[in-house]
Amino acid sequence: MRQPPQIRMLPDGRRLHLNDGPIDLIIEGFGDAGKVRAAYHAAATRFATILDELCSELPLLRAPFRPGCLLPGGVVASRMARAVAPFGDRCFITPMAAVAGSVAEEILLAMTSASNLERAYVNNGGDIAFHLTSGTQFAAGMIASPDRPCLFGAATLHFDEPVRGIATSGWHGRSFSLGIADAVTVLASTASQADAAATILANAVDLPSHAAILREPARDLAPDNDLGDILVTRFVPRLIEHEIQTALAAGVQVAEELRAANLIVSAALALQGRARIVGDPVNALPLRTRFSYSVNRSPLHA
Amino acid sequence: MPDPAVERPPDDAIRCDACPVLCYIRPGRTGSCDRYANHDGKLVRLDPHVLLDQAVSRGESLVPFLERQREWDGNLVNQPGTFVTAIGAGTTYPDYKPAPFIISSEVEGVDMVTVVTEGIFSYCGLKLKIDTDRHLGAETATVRAEGEAVGHVTTSEYGSQMLSLGGVRHLTGGSRQEGTVTCQTLLDLCNGKPATLTIDGGAIVVVQANQPPIVDEVREERMRVGCGSATIGMFAKQWFGKVDDVVVVDDHITGVLSQHQAGKLLGIPETGIRISGRRSTPGRYFQVAEPGTRWGGTNIDDPRSILKPFDPKVAWPGLRLLMVSTTGEHSAYFELDENLDLIAKDLPQALEESVARIRENCEPALCTVLFMGGAGGSLRAGVTENPVRLTLSVKDALTRVTCGGAPAYVWPGGGITFMVDVSRMPANAFGYVPTPAIVAPIEFTLKLADYAALGGHMDHVRPLTSITGKQNEREHRAAHPDNPWPLEPAKPGKSAAESKRRNHR
Repeated sequence: MRQPPQIRMLPDGRRLHLNDGPIDLIIEGFGDAGKVRAAYHAAATRFATILDELCSELPLLRAPFRPGCLLPGGVVASRMARAVAPFGDRCFITPMAAVAGSVAEEILLAMTSASNLERAYVNNGGDIAFHLTSGTQFAAGMIASPDRPCLFGAATLHFDEPVRGIATSGWHGRSFSLGIADAVTVLASTASQADAAATILANAVDLPSHAAILREPARDLAPDNDLGDILVTRFVPRLIEHEIQTALAAGVQVAEELRAANLIVSAALALQGRARIVGDPVNALPLRTRFSYSVNRSPLHA
Repeated sequence: MPDPAVERPPDDAIRCDACPVLCYIRPGRTGSCDRYANHDGKLVRLDPHVLLDQAVSRGESLVPFLERQREWDGNLVNQPGTFVTAIGAGTTYPDYKPAPFIISSEVEGVDMVTVVTEGIFSYCGLKLKIDTDRHLGAETATVRAEGEAVGHVTTSEYGSQMLSLGGVRHLTGGSRQEGTVTCQTLLDLCNGKPATLTIDGGAIVVVQANQPPIVDEVREERMRVGCGSATIGMFAKQWFGKVDDVVVVDDHITGVLSQHQAGKLLGIPETGIRISGRRSTPGRYFQVAEPGTRWGGTNIDDPRSILKPFDPKVAWPGLRLLMVSTTGEHSAYFELDENLDLIAKDLPQALEESVARIRENCEPALCTVLFMGGAGGSLRAGVTENPVRLTLSVKDALTRVTCGGAPAYVWPGGGITFMVDVSRMPANAFGYVPTPAIVAPIEFTLKLADYAALGGHMDHVRPLTSITGKQNEREHRAAHPDNPWPLEPAKPGKSAAESKRRNHR
């Protein structure tokens, strides 16, 4: 039976947790307590209908986006379509590639429209929309795989830089990937753009002719997935150094193109302990050889 | 626009109606939310808080909570038939806050309190017992997973090789990759999944809790009935009269029938057989070959390689010799020719039976996995405002420690360092945090009065009904039939050792 959306404060009393079906948001606003409360109220109100809105157009959102194709009508659905539009003529992509970032953006917009916050973020399973005001910043950590949650790098996001969205994609994640990247993290102007670009770049990190990489049709795993009969990555064996570099180089090439087209600000591509960065030194994501550990409050279960 | 994928529902998939996405989910897989799954054709919610039912019918399968709830009358107050485990309970770390669940229930007229939390263990690891005589690696040799050091070979036990995996040095004391691989290896083994371990200078072994080990791609079937000498003792009478001499090849102690005390007592004459290796006592030899994964845990394929030429003054043409390994897995039969050379022949029927008897007497070889961890300060503070009293209460056996409802052995001495057999815990009971550290459920059960006395968080105690009635994320599972019921009151006055014996019956 339909489970109602869950709206609750996390045990820390600071963060708001919104869950409805596959949408799982962790939200935090900073500033005056009353304003944060008002923003959370706005987020919860906007959240109540968002999954139903998307599901009313689900077949269209799961269909390949091509130039001139039928466009969805909903606010979030339109944002998804806009985010994937630049890629429609170069490869297979559906608006679903940007669903997480687009939802995060929508909820953040509801919050900042209702209330003046110093800072806020909406984290939709790792795809994050954030809001900054003058003089503020966020620190974001990057992990290569949800099974091996160790930071391989970190980014500081400043108000005076254009980045307001961050997204990560890889074959370990909840969504299927066509490539072999453990993680590609993208910084972009918006979360929806970052989401779409991360999908494209994670697909691009690949060794198409490597026989030992296990791939299966998406349909065999999830019958109604938008990828249909396209082969998705199920297992990547241990690769040797030059294979890793070859695969990363393929991703870096596409990332440079996206950056030249102003679709992303920077990207970090990680594969089996090796990482490559694309972007200006100013906006680049610093990769650390040493890193600080973080502890999740609620344990993840493998 | 119709979606062709949705219009062709596959036969084995079920449709989840928990949200409007209405995913089709194949068996063994989850929907797009990762929260609902198809488990044997039934829709189940994953990662719930696990309640353990003291099921009347043992071996009851996993049942989604919501279906169960409808069958019940809701009257669970004071019924000791349900025990709340810590799996999925959440954790207090790193804050000194009361544990996520402090549950009261009445058992045999005594108000019992169970404090439930998921502990985050940096100080933790696995003791792995691998039933095999095959040489896995030298003592203290490094054990690796995916090339990273995750543990070492420790002192071997009778018929078993022992590995010690994990611990702080590998989890947080080495490189990032070493820590994450160690954490993953521990997690896999704790949750009943296989792990491939490579031992420096030794074997590659695939281990999994309660499954036979696979050593260098050979699945171990049996553990030896005894050492080579013990095997001679056990089977001497069965060989008497059917063969002139028997050598039981064993990496530890190789036995020779004609020289062994058991042979002497039967009046078996000397045969002039000569064995390489170091003689211990008559008929017992150490180090007949190098350790390995072949005959009797040695490195030999041809058993004749451990024999020196027969003494020509004693041996005779036609002498019959059986050579067999301690598990009966390998056997060979020889007769001496005119030159006193060993000629391989088919094993006679009578000896075939004795070899089969050795095989029969060997138990199935298994890997067993004990999780060992120490409950730290913040975990104990979640139970009581005065953490040391909890430690003392556990020592006095007033407080029972369980992990996911399975009995835990609490090590004597300071602190709460415990061991638990992961195969007696519910499936997927373990988690992790990125520190990296392992998250394991831990429950402390004691009398309500004792709980108050040790400074317990009395204002956080809540009745069992408040757990079962309100939430829809509880999952009931049948209790493990071999485990004592966790709420059975620990009897004050009994020694800790007695209590532990009860737990381990």
